[in-house]
Amino acid sequence: MSTAAVAQMPDQNASTEDNIVEVRNITKYYGEDIHALDSINLGFPTGQMTTLLGPSGCGKTTLLKIIAGLLETTEGEVLIHGKPVFGPGPERAFVFQDFALLPWATVIENVGFGLELTNKGTKPEREEKAKHYINEVGLGGFEYKYPHELSGGMRQRVGLARALAVNAEVLLMDEPFSAVDEQTRRKFQEDLLYLLANEKKSVIFVTHSIEEAVYVSDQIVLLSPRPGRIHSIIRPEISRDSTPDEIRRDKRYLDTVEEIWTNLRKYLD
Amino acid sequence: MKIFGYDIPPVFSLLIWISLWEIAGQLQLAFILPPFSAVVVELFELVQRPDFQSAAYQTFESFVIGMTIAIIAGVALGFLMGSNRIANSVLGMWVNIMASAPLSSLVPVLMLLFGLGQLTIIVTVILFSTWIIALDTYAGVHHISPSLREMGRSFGASRFQLLTRVLFWAALPEILAGIRMGLIRAVKGIVIGQLLVSVVALGRLFRTFSDNFQFEEFWALTIALFIFALLFSSAIGWLEHKVEYYAATRN
Ligand SMILES: Nc1ncnc2c1ncn2[C@@H]1O[C@H](COP(=O)(O)OP(=O)(O)OP(=O)(O)O)[C@@H](O)[C@H]1O
Ligand SMILES: [Mg+2]
Repeated sequence: MSTAAVAQMPDQNASTEDNIVEVRNITKYYGEDIHALDSINLGFPTGQMTTLLGPSGCGKTTLLKIIAGLLETTEGEVLIHGKPVFGPGPERAFVFQDFALLPWATVIENVGFGLELTNKGTKPEREEKAKHYINEVGLGGFEYKYPHELSGGMRQRVGLARALAVNAEVLLMDEPFSAVDEQTRRKFQEDLLYLLANEKKSVIFVTHSIEEAVYVSDQIVLLSPRPGRIHSIIRPEISRDSTPDEIRRDKRYLDTVEEIWTNLRKYLD
Repeated sequence: MKIFGYDIPPVFSLLIWISLWEIAGQLQLAFILPPFSAVVVELFELVQRPDFQSAAYQTFESFVIGMTIAIIAGVALGFLMGSNRIANSVLGMWVNIMASAPLSSLVPVLMLLFGLGQLTIIVTVILFSTWIIALDTYAGVHHISPSLREMGRSFGASRFQLLTRVLFWAALPEILAGIRMGLIRAVKGIVIGQLLVSVVALGRLFRTFSDNFQFEEFWALTIALFIFALLFSSAIGWLEHKVEYYAATRN
């Protein structure tokens, strides 16, 4: 028996006041016959980390890109602060799986790219801000390096700093750590939790890794494939006060990982 | 080049050819082939002659105007084809045909259409280089990773910003390669065109020299043209090298 709270009815958590993002009745078809998502209703609580977890092809990326405004829905709508949105907006920032850095631009130019596009502040102000977030993600001293001079983990830190610099309330991350090695990944998860506690962001996070999901999330949305539907929503309710190693040995943590694994394994054939 | 299975460095084989030329010239084997040393001497005299200078300047000017137009048109065409499926299916076939058509045979027609002035050189340059620039630009735009576009859009880039701040730079390595190829084609076009037409600018000098059996001058002019083409293409090559580091980092 798991100690994690499980809300079986997805609708229960939709349309609450404190959801910064809500999706209503989202259905997505690619072309005529690829049914990627089927009537998804979900709320993403303000200031929390929600993870989309599920087997390959269950529509995690599709849902995240719809929330980002990068993909159009076939049906349904996305609400930010209760208002429907169409297309990307300044309250959301995306962190890409393949980093999506400009190879011809330095770290500081990449981090300041979002600010520059929207013409926020003067050039020195923008550089100041970019520098601040470069330090924040632990890349101080690398301001004038080019992406190809950095390791995968460092590149993703640039991607994260770029998303933080535009000061969006919601961070959307699509498997941000899948292209970096395991040690870097763990370090990154810890840094991310620390950063988010400081920056007061709401995060929607896509991952393949159950451990990662349980470790970083306040709320985990399990999706089932063909078409993508909400299987269940799990709130791990792990205390964030303990050290990373304590958390990874915590009974609640291990039980939640086990429970999710039991739910997901039937889709793996 | 290989001789008896040994690799001969390019500079070395060039020296061999030059020596053969010199010997053939000294032996007066063929009257159209003066000794190489005489040609070099002539080259130094030629570049100081006012008629050479004004002809070279005229050709150069037409060349620059033509290339500018070809680059603007070719890059625009390439972007249009790369970002719009309909444009690609309508234009793609024609651009491909034009890029591989034997355009040299058109040069006399151009002369008839545009007269015997600079306009003919400009049109020749445009006709020879635009299509390959368009094709390479298209290839560059086509290979831009979708997430780079999405990145631009998600950080609030307008269509114009996406084009000028992201897509253009991402396709730049291919665009430069296209420009270099276009340049080489344009030089070929001009050389062929001017030999054929032989009435404008440097072409007229060529004609004068060959008509008057001034073969030292004739060869000197040819060498001058090749050096000019080489310099131009290595300038672009240098630019390409500068952007190569990021071309290599893309996948
Ligand atoms: N551009 C597209 N055109 C057609 N079908 C697509 C497209 N993108 C995704 N799909 C299909 O939609 C379904 C959901 O894809 P999606 O990428 O959202 O899944 P995912 O959960 O992110 O998978 P993964 O874990 O492998 O990243 C899959 O069956 C996929 O093949
Ligand atoms: Mg995905």
